[in-house]
Amino acid sequence: MSVSEVEETIKRITGHKGVIGLIVVNSEGIPIKTTLDNSTTVQYAGLLHHLTAKARSVVRDIDPQNDLTFLRIRSKKHEIMVAPDKEYLLIVIQSSDSNLAH
Amino acid sequence: MPVSNPPAKSDRTSLSKKSIVPGQQVRLKPGSVAQRTIASVRDEGEQEEDDNQWEAKSLLKPEDQLNLTEVELKEEITRILKANNPNAPQNIVRFNYKEKMYKLTPHVEQLAIHFQMDGNLIHKDSEEAKRQMMTKKEETSTETEQEEVKEVEVKPSADDDDEEGGKKTAGKDKKLTNQFNFSERASQTYNNPARDRFTMTEPPPRSNFSSNATQWEIYDAYLEDYEQQQKSAKDQKKSTLKAADKQKVKKTNQTDQADDMLKVSRSAKILERMVNQNTFDDIALDFKYYEDDADEFRDQEGTLLPLWKFSCDKAKKLSVTSIAWNKKYSDLFAVAYGSYDFLKQAKGLILLYSLKNPSYPEFIYYTESGVMSLDFHTDYPNLIAAGFYDGTVAVYNTADSSQIAKYSSSAKNGKHTDPVWQVKWQKDDIDGNMNFFSVSSDGRVVCWTLAKSELLFTDVVTLSLDNTLENPDGGVVAALGCGTCFDFNKQQDQIFLVCTEEGKVHKCSKSYTNQFLDTFDAHHMAVYSVAWNSFHPKIYLTCSADWTVKIWDHTCKDPLFTYDLGSAVGDAAWAPYSSTVFAAVTADGKVFVFDLNVNKYEPICEQVVVQKKKTKLTHIAFNPNYPIIIVGDDRGNVTSLKLSPNLRKKPKEKKGQEAPKGPEYEIPKLEKILALVRDPETSAKP
Repeated sequence: MSVSEVEETIKRITGHKGVIGLIVVNSEGIPIKTTLDNSTTVQYAGLLHHLTAKARSVVRDIDPQNDLTFLRIRSKKHEIMVAPDKEYLLIVIQSSDSNLAH
Repeated sequence: MPVSNPPAKSDRTSLSKKSIVPGQQVRLKPGSVAQRTIASVRDEGEQEEDDNQWEAKSLLKPEDQLNLTEVELKEEITRILKANNPNAPQNIVRFNYKEKMYKLTPHVEQLAIHFQMDGNLIHKDSEEAKRQMMTKKEETSTETEQEEVKEVEVKPSADDDDEEGGKKTAGKDKKLTNQFNFSERASQTYNNPARDRFTMTEPPPRSNFSSNATQWEIYDAYLEDYEQQQKSAKDQKKSTLKAADKQKVKKTNQTDQADDMLKVSRSAKILERMVNQNTFDDIALDFKYYEDDADEFRDQEGTLLPLWKFSCDKAKKLSVTSIAWNKKYSDLFAVAYGSYDFLKQAKGLILLYSLKNPSYPEFIYYTESGVMSLDFHTDYPNLIAAGFYDGTVAVYNTADSSQIAKYSSSAKNGKHTDPVWQVKWQKDDIDGNMNFFSVSSDGRVVCWTLAKSELLFTDVVTLSLDNTLENPDGGVVAALGCGTCFDFNKQQDQIFLVCTEEGKVHKCSKSYTNQFLDTFDAHHMAVYSVAWNSFHPKIYLTCSADWTVKIWDHTCKDPLFTYDLGSAVGDAAWAPYSSTVFAAVTADGKVFVFDLNVNKYEPICEQVVVQKKKTKLTHIAFNPNYPIIIVGDDRGNVTSLKLSPNLRKKPKEKKGQEAPKGPEYEIPKLEKILALVRDPETSAKP
């Protein structure tokens, strides 16, 4: 998969119905790519970086051979999806209003 | 103030005094010429005070002083003073020229002069001095003090300073306190005030460090260590390969920056699916759980519930020419795009969609010519065979990231000259090579074998027509039938059926390539599709542009069933879950589902599934696992449809028994129905 394909995938995700934003965060919790404004990005990146680290710690403490693969947080307004890679976190925030429609 | 002759004690005092006094005098060796200086009155007074102080101090004893007994103290120690100079050489030998031998010099001069100075002072008692004094007295009678000068020559004494010090000649007018006259002066100076100096330096930086080692961190560390050990063990074995490794490392370093985004590619893909899952949440739930309750009241008929619709901008103007589910990943299917219109041939597309991401295809392959057919390999889910409008066949590997086909036929190696209407993978041949078959309008059925680097072809069957045309010249032109589709018998894979545009169905065998085993005049127009029953080894169906679907027994010349669907039937397929269910799609946008077990004459479902009128449905495929079908139309859309419970009726469960399944049950089920059709015929004949 080439870089352009990744970019395209990210573009498609961003253009999807209900998607509010996408953030790529590196291992230090610094956002390296975002579609949101600065303050929101920093807030999401900082908080979710910690939460993900904690969540992974929980999973791995229970069984060291296990690992966290995904994190979904459903809230009243949004769904926050976190894909924790080895070096990066991919965060997508999707509005859950569209889901409530049916 | 004159002091009386010092007693022994006072003599000691003067000695000690002398030892205290700093300066030149101390350094004077005994027996040297000492100088008596003028002592003032005041000086002498002080001197006495000093003496008193000394007496008080004499009580102090040094700690390491020997304690002597009375007897020892009183013991007399005799000392003998000699006039010999201890430093004088004693045995000087000189060469005597007279006697021409060395001779000891018996007399050595014992006089040692330590200091000598010619002064301008004169002795007091001398005549000259007397004269001088007389004149002075006359001049200055008030002057009372006189200077006294004395010059003493002291004979050297070897060991006794004290005795020597005591020798002095007192003047007539004055007596000195001790042998050396001196002046002592002292003054109090200010003490230099002590000063403290401080400098503030910057404190060394500090930081607190604390960390928790969790169980999994320890686990990771051990695992890493273990891997490194394994690696180093390998490296030792393969030290020669190190150079190559280094180059690799360099290369990876260069591409690091580009890799940054690549690392999230997997996550991005998953997230895209998740976002889709959220948006199509209701459809996903329908796919999984929705069962049409109305079926219970409809008796036999069923419905189709549209689920996802797969469309791609790139395929807007193309029509779906083939659909195939992946045999291993039951959520993945491939769609071939091309054009059936002879005048509107353009580029083609192969798209691979997953049910998990209905909005965008997983893989896209652009082709120069329209794609007419494709098939997934059964054992290698990453291999796709495709046939093109220009007659080439190709094999794509989805595991490769490249767009280019892994194998491709060319004019040199037996390329078809007309569109390839169907391709189908076969089991690996005896040599273990993968192979697939293709059929084309040029009348050939070709077996393609995937050799290491190329496609090898074998013509299996040539579709010759019975009525060969005669040229006006009298020569014979062998007319060939235009193959449109074929299918291999599922139980005996050497037997296969080939259909033609002329509406014929040829039963062929791989073993006999020159002739057909049988030929059926099945349809009046082109046969679009042929398919063996999923369970029954003798039954197959055909569909045609003449609006009909027919079900055949390959041993019988006549069809068992014929259904007129009112429009050209693009495709028909047997259901994988039942021997009696099949579905067909027509050019007027309808999907027909039949269950022979339920109704032998009417479809149990007839439903329009296209949104726009005049949209033709071209292909249909049953999912091998889920109760859904996908249908493709000529506008580039693929629609997935869920079969309602009535369309996939399962045999009733008997109490305490598992529902019968598999071919053991399905074949008799179909056989039973077929018997009803055959019996009247067979009974009528005799």
